[in-house]
Amino acid sequence: MPAADPALESQDVRKTFGHFTALAGVTLRVARGEFVALFGRNGAGKTTFLKVAATLSRPSSGKIFIEGIDILKDPGQARRRIGFLSHNASVYRDLSPLENLKFFCRLYGVSDAEDRIMALLDRVGLRRRAGDPVRSLSRGLHQRVGIARVFVHNPTLILLDEPYTGLDAQAAVMLNEVLDEAVQNGKTVVLTTHDIEQGLRAATQAAVMDRGTLVFAGAAGDPAVRDAYAHYIRSGTAP
Amino acid sequence: MNKRILATASLALMIAALYFALIYAPTEATMGTIQRIFYFHLPQGIASYVSALLLGFASLMYLIKRDLHWDRFAYCSAELGVMFASTSIVTGMIWARPVWNTWWSGDARLNLQLILALLFVGYLMLRAYLPEREQKARLSTVFGFLAALDVPINYAATRIWTTLHPEPVVGPGGGGLDPQMKTALYVSFLAFGFLYAYLFTQRLEIANMEDEVDHLQHVVEAA
Amino acid sequence: MKPLPAIVFKDVLIELRNKETVSAMLVFGVLVMVIFNFAFATGGAAQTIAPGALWVAFSFAGILGLNRSLSIETDNDCLQGLLLAPLDRGDLYLGKVAGNFVFTVIAEMIILPVFVAFNNLQFDMKIVWTIAVTLLGTLGFVSVGTTLSMISSHTRMKEVMLPILQIPMTMPVVISAVSATGMVLRGETAGISFPLSLLGIFSTVYLTASYFLFEYIVEQ
Repeated sequence: MPAADPALESQDVRKTFGHFTALAGVTLRVARGEFVALFGRNGAGKTTFLKVAATLSRPSSGKIFIEGIDILKDPGQARRRIGFLSHNASVYRDLSPLENLKFFCRLYGVSDAEDRIMALLDRVGLRRRAGDPVRSLSRGLHQRVGIARVFVHNPTLILLDEPYTGLDAQAAVMLNEVLDEAVQNGKTVVLTTHDIEQGLRAATQAAVMDRGTLVFAGAAGDPAVRDAYAHYIRSGTAP
Repeated sequence: MNKRILATASLALMIAALYFALIYAPTEATMGTIQRIFYFHLPQGIASYVSALLLGFASLMYLIKRDLHWDRFAYCSAELGVMFASTSIVTGMIWARPVWNTWWSGDARLNLQLILALLFVGYLMLRAYLPEREQKARLSTVFGFLAALDVPINYAATRIWTTLHPEPVVGPGGGGLDPQMKTALYVSFLAFGFLYAYLFTQRLEIANMEDEVDHLQHVVEAA
Repeated sequence: MKPLPAIVFKDVLIELRNKETVSAMLVFGVLVMVIFNFAFATGGAAQTIAPGALWVAFSFAGILGLNRSLSIETDNDCLQGLLLAPLDRGDLYLGKVAGNFVFTVIAEMIILPVFVAFNNLQFDMKIVWTIAVTLLGTLGFVSVGTTLSMISSHTRMKEVMLPILQIPMTMPVVISAVSATGMVLRGETAGISFPLSLLGIFSTVYLTASYFLFEYIVEQ
């Protein structure tokens, strides 16, 4: 039986910004259902890699496949499968959570939106404030709308760029639960973080990036992960 | 082409052009001596249009190839463009004052040169306020291409005003100008052509060096 | 609802909620008309410069509107949300152009009666023709303005960069629209097809060029 396409596969992906090389050849294979924690110092290229994978940025060379779809040839199809979250929630302050999510459902062509949205808002703890403008919500609740936005179109690959930054403790717990449920439902998660404990909490695979390349990849439970983390991130030196 | 050859040729031809324009060419019947500025004014105007064309072409090439070489090419075109558009405006004004007793004749060609100069200035300002190299190239080339598209449309738009500008005397058939005047004009065109090539080559070389220095700085900082 | 109309609907909904864009545009536009009214008080001059004054008001109010419209997307990085969606960058561009067109026209339709009043004109067929010219000119204005506002938002100067780029670029629109409006108001519409076709050509060229170039601007 042929193996299913991996959730995310990058082949020697490079990205230069003028003279600066952000990605110097990243080759990574993430099977479906994995929870990957991606570590790296500031400037290692984690955010750039996620943005390229999420089709926000074009690679200078190399290929990326989302469930077998070449993101350069068919970005539309790839985008349907991806959910991306960064520190900005990317939701409209003047609209309510409900209106925001309805809008995103229309963008993704999701039908039967209302039920999905209310269930999602319930899950992230926003049912009571579903009709209030996002502007009137506290920062913590604001972030939750962003989390709901990520899941509203039922993506199969969730990319999160340092999602715990700016989350209050309750929201962090809620995010962990949501991510765990997602993985249980067969979705794939790739998460970047500085915090090794937070990262390894639910991870099945761990990877370390440094200076635009992948310098380590292995099972999350492997003690070599912590060695690699200490080597590349704590000490801040390359071998 | 060798920079030294271009420099020497430009200098020699410019001196020749001065001779042809100021001494060789006969004095024009109605406007008098001031008309001689035309031998410099027209090539400068053409140079600014050529710059706009090069800007548009190089901008498009960058967007296709993503090679910074094309971005530098576009940038040099814009710098020469703003320079020649400005000198064209100034020589136009100097010409207009004694002939029509007004500094700003408000005619089609002058207005077009003004808009062109403003477009080049806009392009250069845009670059100045985009610090990151790749973004600078990407966004300014989009603007550069759109600005180049604007030139023919502006050409038609400025025609909407009644033109005070003398009708083109050097048409496709080459008729209308005294043969000695034509010679002076051709010499002037040749001189400005070489001057343009020389300035462009020099400026491009400096732009290459600027990027090289920038690159080395990055390498040093990363280490 | 398809994605493109969804974007326009979202922009309209936000505008109905905060009412900031249209109100800022029309207040600014009316103020410009007021300045012209006082600055050029002599009757004869007022008549000739009237179309010019109108389009100065439209241009500056239009720039205000374009900046506001874009700031809705740059706030909270909502643009990223739009870029993640399975939406062609060109369609995203058209969605924003449609929204900008609607808001600018609404403001212009309120500035126009002020224009009529200050210049002692009649509400007759001439005004209908003036509206037609305004619509055509506005289309050209926002088609290139949407592109340029997106470019400007990335610069250190942010919104202040927009007029520097927009004003020279939209000169053909202003020249043609002022010329056509003047012809309409004087009743001498003999050569009006030229400026009108120029407005049409401008809109076509820039809508098409921007549709394809927009992805290069929003790329991260």
